[in-house]
Amino acid sequence: MGVDNPLGDNVITTSLDLLVNWSRKSSIWPMTFGLACCAIEMMATGASHNDLDRFGIIFRASPRQSDCIIIAGTVTKKMLPVIMTVYEQMPEPKWVIAMGACACSGGIFDTYSVVQGIDEALPVDVYIPGCPPRPEALLFGLLKLQDKIMKERNSFGSAIGLGERYIPEAA
Amino acid sequence: MATTETMTLNMGPQHPSTHGVLRLVLELDGEVVVKVTPHIGYLHRGIEKLSEHRTYHQILPLTDRLDYLAPMSNNLGYILAVEKLMAVEVPERAETIRIIMAELTRLESHLVWIACHALDIGAMTVFIYAFRERETVMEIYELISGARMTSNFFRVGGLSQDVPDEFVKKVSDFIDVMPGYLDQYEGLLTTNPIWLKRTVGNGVISAEDAIDIGLTGPALRGSGVDWDLRRDNPYSGYDKYQFKVPVGENCDTFDRYKVRLVEMREACKIVRQGLDKLKPGPVLADCPQVCYPPKESVYNSIEGLIHHFKIASEGFAAPEGEVYQGIEAPKGELGFYIVSDGGNKPERLRIRPPSFVNLQAIEQMSVGAMIADLVAVIGTLDIVLGEIDR
Repeated sequence: MGVDNPLGDNVITTSLDLLVNWSRKSSIWPMTFGLACCAIEMMATGASHNDLDRFGIIFRASPRQSDCIIIAGTVTKKMLPVIMTVYEQMPEPKWVIAMGACACSGGIFDTYSVVQGIDEALPVDVYIPGCPPRPEALLFGLLKLQDKIMKERNSFGSAIGLGERYIPEAA
Repeated sequence: MATTETMTLNMGPQHPSTHGVLRLVLELDGEVVVKVTPHIGYLHRGIEKLSEHRTYHQILPLTDRLDYLAPMSNNLGYILAVEKLMAVEVPERAETIRIIMAELTRLESHLVWIACHALDIGAMTVFIYAFRERETVMEIYELISGARMTSNFFRVGGLSQDVPDEFVKKVSDFIDVMPGYLDQYEGLLTTNPIWLKRTVGNGVISAEDAIDIGLTGPALRGSGVDWDLRRDNPYSGYDKYQFKVPVGENCDTFDRYKVRLVEMREACKIVRQGLDKLKPGPVLADCPQVCYPPKESVYNSIEGLIHHFKIASEGFAAPEGEVYQGIEAPKGELGFYIVSDGGNKPERLRIRPPSFVNLQAIEQMSVGAMIADLVAVIGTLDIVLGEIDR
């Protein structure tokens, strides 16, 4: 017979890690931090037609309230220290999405003033190609980030100060 | 007597209402703005320098990314400058489609403006409404060029391809419903007491000052100066179209808002006239030195293939000289100044972006106002950092 289930379907059993991961992935709060053209598509994704709110994704204007930064546009050498400051102000756990060709690799702007990809400075979790990516592409990228968050291990332990968060290699 | 000290405050480049990466260093007396110093360059991508290493056709995708709210207008300004340099005649159908797309772009740019401007001031609904309509314009972009924002649709001598059959119906449907949507925005804003309190009397700049600074576009017309390049220095066949140029009276943010709304209604009328004028015909000039060959000949003949290869790899040599072409972009006069040394690349390409010049007015418009009114001033100037920093 196995385990008795006297409470019927009224109880869900899970692990604390999964619970923490699930709550994190269901409330990704990105920064409103538009850099260039991609920011407009990011706004379009948040607006009426695509509506990010249904994924629990709500843009926050302060880095202290957000846990995800979408690098939406060209990063210049003048802008990079600002982005670093903003990133450092965000509390852990935090994720980085490189949106668009410029943030991924510098794009068509291989010039003296442009950083050739934000991954030179920040640990990128999801790369979204496109110039600019369609709103659907950004949505897909955010869903990929959700998948990635669900694969994290020791999320609860790291939150109470026991060890580090990590993603299993073969996940 | 009590004295007060001023305080220096940094606003941006990460700030939700600086419309990108504008940084303002403010000197404040309490909440009152004493001095504003804009710091720009946070999005300097070196487009002008990059253009010196591209052939004339290859520069076109870069112009998409200047004012990314109005890609087709940028394309049009650049293409007209190159056509002036090369003395290429454009077929009528191509010209008409260009004007239809330029006016749809004006609608799109103003839609994003009203969305962000209202959001900055606190009216969230308008943002949601305006982006709904913008989506339709993006679908039209996608229909004809395959891309939603960075269309790269125009070519020297015409268009990259003819528009598909459903284009006319789609555009026609859109401009049929658009005036109704504009009524919706007006219903939300024009008589809204909060909107009036925030905009009437805010950001006043006199006509003389506006001209001295060099303001163009709605920012100039809001101050009562009747100047529109489409009418006063027609290009691309605008002289065949009838439209009104709205002009403000009180030189404030509310008048600039009214001017832009009327401009959107007029844009719908110009698009309608364009659709009526649309006749079948070629969309690319018969000018093999400059234009790409038609795709059928590229795929089916070796001559066509070679021709395509030559234009795509080497481009064309432009005659020595210099040209300036200004157009009435949604934000003001967008100018392209090309210096050619006779090669296949421009020796120097200078872009005169409307936002860059309009941004100068920020100090005059906001000194003496509250810091919250400064946000309204940034919105009413309708700046885009992509073309300010280039």
